[in-house]
Amino acid sequence: MSVMDVRSRQVRVPRRFLPVAATFAVFVLTFGAGSLRYEGFASPQVLTNLFVDNAFLIVLAVGMTFVILTGGIDLSVGAVAALSTMIAAATLEAGWPPLVSVAAVLLTGTCLGLLMGLVIHHFEVQPFIVTLAGMFLARGLCFLISVESVSITDPAFRAAATGTLTPVEGVTLTYSVLIALAVVLVAAHVLHRTRFGRTVYAVGGSEASARLMGLPTGRVKVGVYAVSGFCSALGGLLFSLYMLSGYGLHAVGMELDVIAAVVVGGTLLSGGVGYVAGSVAGVLVLGTVQTLISFEGTLSSWWTRIVVGVLLLVFVVFQRAVVRRAR
Amino acid sequence: MTDSSARAAPAVDMRGITVEFPGVRALSEVDFRLLPGEVHALMGENGAGKSTLIKALTGVHRPTSGVILLHGEQVGFGTPVQAQDAGISTVYQEVNLCPNLSVAENILLGREPRRLGAIDARACRARAAELLQRIGLSIDPASTLDSHPIAVQQLVAIARALAVDARVLVLDEPTSSLDAGEVAELFRIMRVLRDDGVAILFVSHFLDQVYEIADRMTVLRNGSLVGEYLPTETGRLELVSAMLGRENTVLEEVGRRSQERAPASVPVLTARNLGRGGAIAPFDLEIHAGEVVGLAGLLGSGRTELARLLFGADRADTGGLSTGGRPFRPRSARSMIARGVAFCSEDRKAEGLVADLSVRDNLLLALQAARGWARPVPRRTADALVAEYIGKLDIRPADPGALTKNLSGGNQQKVLLARWLITRPKLLILDEPTRGIDVGAKAQIQQVVADLAADGTAVLFVSAELEEVVRVSDRVVVLRDRHKVSELDGADATVDRVMASIAAAHGEHGRAVAS
Repeated sequence: MSVMDVRSRQVRVPRRFLPVAATFAVFVLTFGAGSLRYEGFASPQVLTNLFVDNAFLIVLAVGMTFVILTGGIDLSVGAVAALSTMIAAATLEAGWPPLVSVAAVLLTGTCLGLLMGLVIHHFEVQPFIVTLAGMFLARGLCFLISVESVSITDPAFRAAATGTLTPVEGVTLTYSVLIALAVVLVAAHVLHRTRFGRTVYAVGGSEASARLMGLPTGRVKVGVYAVSGFCSALGGLLFSLYMLSGYGLHAVGMELDVIAAVVVGGTLLSGGVGYVAGSVAGVLVLGTVQTLISFEGTLSSWWTRIVVGVLLLVFVVFQRAVVRRAR
Repeated sequence: MTDSSARAAPAVDMRGITVEFPGVRALSEVDFRLLPGEVHALMGENGAGKSTLIKALTGVHRPTSGVILLHGEQVGFGTPVQAQDAGISTVYQEVNLCPNLSVAENILLGREPRRLGAIDARACRARAAELLQRIGLSIDPASTLDSHPIAVQQLVAIARALAVDARVLVLDEPTSSLDAGEVAELFRIMRVLRDDGVAILFVSHFLDQVYEIADRMTVLRNGSLVGEYLPTETGRLELVSAMLGRENTVLEEVGRRSQERAPASVPVLTARNLGRGGAIAPFDLEIHAGEVVGLAGLLGSGRTELARLLFGADRADTGGLSTGGRPFRPRSARSMIARGVAFCSEDRKAEGLVADLSVRDNLLLALQAARGWARPVPRRTADALVAEYIGKLDIRPADPGALTKNLSGGNQQKVLLARWLITRPKLLILDEPTRGIDVGAKAQIQQVVADLAADGTAVLFVSAELEEVVRVSDRVVVLRDRHKVSELDGADATVDRVMASIAAAHGEHGRAVAS
């Protein structure tokens, strides 16, 4: 009896954090393996580059975490990000001031998200279908603006894209990284320290209970899609800084990478369980796999997909195991 | 108490409340008043309209007609939030909390203490601890809710109701999953709140509890008001007849269980050394045709776990089963159904019925599953069967097309029972078939069990109520702390003996003595 007690206590306390901890462990393992195998892998710059190359993905994953925590899904994030690069490039080409252009992008993304949220909530349609429609809409709008890739020549944008910071000797960061980290911190604060955030978790845990507790479930369900729309737009902006162009074929299939990162980061698709820190870790794992494969040199980059697929499967099975053991 | 409260203005005054659902008139012209500083019991059979009245008060349903006065002012709640903001807190029979969040969060969700616009986690924990202490519950506020048993979660729900300074507290069958100690604790808390001037609306199916705690009682029947009674002036029989609308003879009829019956030579189901770690210690059990075996024990003693093992819903770690002398290992519920075993779950909502299907479709589900998809049930046979079982079990409304979710709890239970009876099982496992349903439906279900046994069906009857188990069963198996401690036969199976057997095992190291 006492042996069982001890074991169950050990499982119970960190159970909430177990998936996130596992993701971090996988990140450390893959990164460690790379360091042993390749010279120069273990440099601080390689680590930093994970953030530099995936800043937009981190921002998208944060938005997606909000949605998945309520038990929903947002398939439109890749398309909205592409639309954002397009709007930014087109408006800058038309001579808009950069700040106005940025505001227009963020507003468009947030409004699209809000619109999808309202449809999902008021017409009680599955998020999958509504955001699929949003995905087609946003992708189509890109080509309405231009079927060609539009390059960004605005000096302020170029400066923001190429500008670097050197906080420590031998480490260079872009502004995108700072923006992504700021988004992560704000999101963590909102999720854990505001009533909106706690309601997000409550809706994911049991929507019917949350409604009976008198929580504003409708507002929160609409809100998470607006948050995801905003994050998609911001992620799109970071992506336009990364590519310095707007194009309707940018970020194709990125919504799936984002969902993979969030799930690998320990967020349950059924809602109610997960952390933004986990999603960041998920992005880092994906990024590390990609870096490993590019270091190998001889492997096709499609191997990234295969490894990510395997990881995704392993993590989902692992989560099931944790949940089942806790029963 | 009654003296002072009789003169006070009502906290809640509901007049002429009518609630209609598509095809069902759940409440018609009901008047109800609740005074400050009283515990007012709302009584009635299943389908009498208790839940509907409560939901009309708490803003879940909007009355079709009628007015609600709260402290003398007319109110119309469109949502539960508005009712809560007006000072009406509700604790429902099913725990309506979020299992993925911590205890503290569940208590304070939506009204967390904040500092500079952000939730103050430390203040939250402190406030939650304070509220938990007020109801005498010593659990870690930071622990996850689903790490606690249902009874504890129920008390957490009450702590949540206390978190708002509620002037009206609605307790909708809060005691159905609590054990005696926990009920006493709840009543202590209710008395404290009542003396603070809180108006408490209390729903319970246990007459003892109502007579112990209630200052006044209102009885509903078939969606209409029967009357208002004082427990001091109303006898139990009078109250029960008011609820049932007929002389209460049903219960005594079922009392004739323990007649002599020669057990069949071969048991329908034999369990040898069957067990599952953490759920139930290995046990032996034989169930014969035409026999009702009762399963008694306290909450958490392993009753449901034993039943689920027998049905193959959970996989056993040790031992095995045999039917008709042929041993096998229970692999899945499907294989047990094929062997003629049926299982009525304790949790009819989650594991039993498809709420969005009609009564007819629910009844036919199990039958179709047993026949296989390739052999459809002829429409005429199906209609005849459905009509037969609706009549046999007195399912109300007697409309095969009614959606199951619109039925009352007791009638849903009957649909579930009928669904399994249609397949003509050899062994029927009933897990708490009468939990949370009223006296009349209870008696009907007990009668059905008696009839089934007379027809040669073996029944395993699980219930938290000892009187019921003893009345219905030929043999009672007693569980304690996930061990089978004794088996009481025929004349030995009295409430006192069962209780003694449960108690005898407490605090002793050896296994309890069987008869």
